[in-house]
Parts: sequence; C-alpha cells; structure tokens
Amino acid sequence: MGILLNEESRILVQGITGREGSFHARAGMAYGTNVVAGVTPGRGGQLFEEQVPVFDSVAQAVAETAANVSLIFVPPPFAPDAIAEAADAGVPLIACITEGVPVQDMARIVRYIDHKPVRLIGPNCPGMINPGARCKVGIMPGDIHLPGRVGVVSRSGTLTYEAVAQLTHRGIGQSSCVGIGGDPIIGTSFVDILRLYEADPDTDLIVFIGEIGGTMEQEAAACIKAEISKPVCTLIVGATAPPGKRMGHAGAIITGDSARAEAKIAAMRDAGAHIIPTPADIGATAEAVLGEMG
Amino acid sequence: MKLHEYQAKEIFACYGIPVPRGSVAATAGEARQAAADLGGQAVVKAQVHAGGRGKAGGIKVVRSPEEAEQTAREFLGQNLVTHQTDARGVPVNSVLVEELADIRRELYVALTIDRGFRGPVLLVSAAGGMDIEEVAATNPQDIHTEPIEPVLGLMPYQTRRLAARLNLEPAQARPAIQVLNALYRIFTENDCSLVEINPLIITGDDRVVALDAKLDLEDDSLFRHADLGELRDRSQEDALEAEAADQDIAYVNLEGSVGCLVNGAGLAMATLDVTNAAGAAPANFLDVGGGADEEKVASAVSIILSDPKVNRVLVNIFGGILRCDIAARGIVLAFERQGATLPLIVRMLGTNVVEGKEILQASSLNVTFADTLTEAAAAIRQAGG
Repeated sequence: MGILLNEESRILVQGITGREGSFHARAGMAYGTNVVAGVTPGRGGQLFEEQVPVFDSVAQAVAETAANVSLIFVPPPFAPDAIAEAADAGVPLIACITEGVPVQDMARIVRYIDHKPVRLIGPNCPGMINPGARCKVGIMPGDIHLPGRVGVVSRSGTLTYEAVAQLTHRGIGQSSCVGIGGDPIIGTSFVDILRLYEADPDTDLIVFIGEIGGTMEQEAAACIKAEISKPVCTLIVGATAPPGKRMGHAGAIITGDSARAEAKIAAMRDAGAHIIPTPADIGATAEAVLGEMG
Repeated sequence: MKLHEYQAKEIFACYGIPVPRGSVAATAGEARQAAADLGGQAVVKAQVHAGGRGKAGGIKVVRSPEEAEQTAREFLGQNLVTHQTDARGVPVNSVLVEELADIRRELYVALTIDRGFRGPVLLVSAAGGMDIEEVAATNPQDIHTEPIEPVLGLMPYQTRRLAARLNLEPAQARPAIQVLNALYRIFTENDCSLVEINPLIITGDDRVVALDAKLDLEDDSLFRHADLGELRDRSQEDALEAEAADQDIAYVNLEGSVGCLVNGAGLAMATLDVTNAAGAAPANFLDVGGGADEEKVASAVSIILSDPKVNRVLVNIFGGILRCDIAARGIVLAFERQGATLPLIVRMLGTNVVEGKEILQASSLNVTFADTLTEAAAAIRQAGG
C-alpha cells in the first residue's frame, strides 16, 4: 500500500509544457505513473506526448480527467499561484518541486491550505514515490527504487536517493519515499509523514533523514517517542557545518544550539531511534534493525 | 543578502523610522566634512557586514572634525575582525559619521521568520545594546515574542502589548509603536529575512531613535526587488563565495583541504560529514544544482581548484537531472583548462554513470573511483597520506 500515492492516483502536471515539467512528466510516465492531465495557461487543447490532454486551468483539468494529485514545476514567481489554484480546484495532494519560492509567499499559502482538505508536499522538494504502485510524483530516478516495506522520509533530494540506493543495494525495498523539502516554510512536516507511516500496514521500518537548521527534527523526535511504535533509523547530516552559513537549503543554517546536529541526534537518541553513524551506514543500519526484528 | 547599516538606515528613514543625523564617507576627508557638518562631535562607525563592531573597535566617538578624519583614516582600507568574522576579517570601505545620541534607555527590536510558527515574529526586549544571543541564552524571559498572522498583519493590540512589556511611558509608547509598525512594513514590502534594531533608544526628550540597523534580504525574493539587489557589496563576501553566487552555485568556503563537488544540498552536507569521519577536513560545501550543464560543472570545479587550501578533490554525484557524463565532461574541462594535477576521487551513481566513468578514465586526470561512500572515505584518507 504505502503512503500518499497508490494505484488510484491520477496525476496532473502543472507546467507540463516547460523544460523541467515535460522532462519529468515523461520520466514519470515511463516509470508507470498514471499522468492524466497537464496544465499550462494558454496551451489548453494541446496533447502532451500525443496522449495527455493539456488544459488552461486546474479546475478544467480536474473536471475532465478526475485528477487527484498535482505535480508543480512552474518557476518561483508563479509557484504560489499554482499551489493556490490546485487547492482551490480541490486537488487533495499537491507536490511543489519548485526551488526558490519566496518565504513570505509561503507563509500565506500554508495558511490558505490549512483551511482546505489539501496536503502540500514541498516546495523545494524531490516529491514522492510509491515503488509498489509504480507511481512516481517527483524528480527522483525511478529505477533505484525497489518495492518493499521500509518508509523513507527526508528534507533533501539526492540524499534521499543515496539512502534508497543503499537500501536497494542490500535488497531492502521501500513502501514509499517522501522528500518534504529544504525550505524554512513547507506544507508537510516530518511529523505528518511519520504518522502516515505509523498508520500504513505495509511499512515495517522508517528511515528518517534530517539535517541542521530549525527544530523540525526535535518535533519529530517528540512524535516518535509519544506515537510511533515502528522502529526508526535516523541520520542527521550537517554535523560539521559552521554556524551562520547557509548550506544550500534555505532551511539549513545553524542559528542557535537547537539547530545543531548534536542537539538533534541527542533528541532522536532520547526518543529511542536507531542512530545511523555516518551517511555511508544508512543501508547497514536498516539491515541490522530489520534483522533484529526477525 | 546583507545590507550595510547606512543602507538600512536610508530605508528606515523612507518608512519614517527616526535615525540619527549623519552621512556616509568613503574617504577621510569626507569623514572630516561630515563631522564638521554635525558640529564636530560625532561617532564614526565602520561599515561592514558583521556584528560585534563595537567590541572589535569599529565604532569610535570623536570630539572634532580632525579626530573624525584621523579615525576614518585608521578604519578605511583596513580589515575589521569581529567575533562574527573569520580571522581575516572584512574590509572597511566606508564609515558612517553620525551625531552623538542622548541615550536614556536601550531597547532591542527585531523581525524574522519563525519556522515553527511558519510566519513572521516580532521580538522585543528591554535589554537593548547587548549581545541578544547572550540574553536569549541567559535570560530568555527578557525577550518577548509576538507571532504575526501574515493575513492580518501586525495588529494594534499586539503593539500595545509589546509597549506594555517594555514598560514604556505613554509619551514614549506612541513613537515606539510607530517604529514597530514601520518595521513590519519594511519586512514585508522588501521581503526581508531579518530586520533588527539594536539598540532602539529612548532619548532624554522621549524621542525613539534607531541607533543601529541591520537588514537582511531574502535571496529568493530579489527577483522582484531589482533596486535592492543593486545594494549588494561584493567586497564584504568571500571572493570564492561571491564568484559561486554569480554562477548560481551554492558554495561555502571552509577550513580544510578536500575540495568537494556534489549535486544536492543534503548530499553535499552528507559528503562533508563523510570526509570528516574519514579524518580529513573539507575545504568547501558545494552544491552544483540539479540543472547544471557541462560549463556550470566546469565553473564549480574551477572555483574548487582556485582555492589554495585544496590538495585533493572529492566528487560525489548522484546522477538524476544532472547526468554523470555531463558532470564528467565538466570536470575534465576544468582540470585541463587549469592544468591541474591534484588527486581526484570520484564517486558517481545514477544516470549515465558508465559513460561518465569512461570519460574520466580516458582523460589524463589522476582519478580514483569509489563505488560507495565508504570506499570514497578510504580513498580520501589514502590521497591525503
């Protein structure tokens, strides 16, 4: 089963005629994803790859194709509009890949979404994938994934792929993988995803990859302690980053002691998570914990 | 992007926040004139993108135009080292010459984004003029936090509450509340990530004046503030970091000797950790980005190679949007262009990895391949020995 995506997911791509949007829509379709519609204002009536209808608006696309997931690739100045349009059209799950969306725009958007039955993943994220359902909503390379029973969650893109590659290399498959995004204000937190994995009967173990900056990992640790019965393997990256320097992600900057890796690792250890010692040990740690579970 | 104090104060003045009279000077002669215009007595403040200037000797009270000239001569062209800079410090290319203030009370006021609240928060404290991080650590109850709903904006009941917390007398509360409202407008209308006044003073005659000003703009919003983008002062940035920023490469200069080329910020941080775990120290953080082409990869490698600390280079590429063959071509191009012979450790995975490795193998570069992060760590150790 996995989380967020399944065989019934019908994907709509906002920005499908752009460079990134078209590339990843094609890659998703090649993986097996059911891409049912595209939206580019002014391009309504076209066919993408001779099979996917393109619409002028999300509302039209949803009315005609019953799309229930939106994947957004529009440039930063237009991304808040695209998210709000998808939410307004009643799309229940939205993944915004766009990097560089202004933070104060996101502050308003997340509040708008709070009042709607909508889940937003991102922005500035790789998206999500359910290998068992052959459904890929994002920019991750599909072929590194293996269907299985480990749930992966991370703030990052390529580091998530690294985790998946280490798992797959050891024959450990994934129920789902989600990258929640590297920005200071995002739609879905670690805690939200942990709860979904806890409730998913097809996830046995959670691989959690956090990083320096903010306190989201501490909130996740509190959630693990109080609510999560499944074992969690945790890696926190950025232990060697200097304070005050932004490490690529707008969210990854040490602005106080709680933003440091040591504080986050301590919180995770206290919550009973299995600490992954270095980024090279993700697969080995998961394998060892799965071994103990029998 | 950071602004200088004098630039931030110009913006403050536009929004009606009182600032001391004064002017910016790029030469000692201009500083002398500026002090003379103020009647001789003045404070001379080094303009650098770093806090802690007072303790570092970058702020001096002068009693005459001659003394102002002398002080400016001492400051200008020198590097100022504060607890927020590295050992080299940052160059002082201008000074702000201002009138002396009649300080009765010193307050602290700031606006920033709180991630937990997912929006802006206003911070105030009666403990102004001090290192606020120290106050936060030792007396957190002295800092009052007011979250602001972005849809409502800063509401009057909130500013009244803050004025009460600061024990302001009625005559002081009115101008102080005007400053808070102006500060919120500055924060939202200019897409700031931080606006800070430390100290915001109350004068003997109950005026409220911003004695200092700090303003950081959010980089991701500069596309809609072209005028503010022009205020960038590259001289205050690390030369390699500034060059990387121009090419849209996320790069942070660090202390070690292992140059790192990575795609993705998370994987780049992980690569630093792996390098450290191997007993070596990274020379930099570098995320070349997803959509990089051959030329951009070459630029990134050139930045690494132009860093004199670097004695070996670690490449960690997970090919996705960025294909391994493109990355390999960029790496070879940069090494050959600069005639570099440093040991190169390459860990590549993902799209077109076979082609990527072939390109590197066929080149004249001194390459060691690693299939996993564990092997990469071993190779770093070996190349360093």
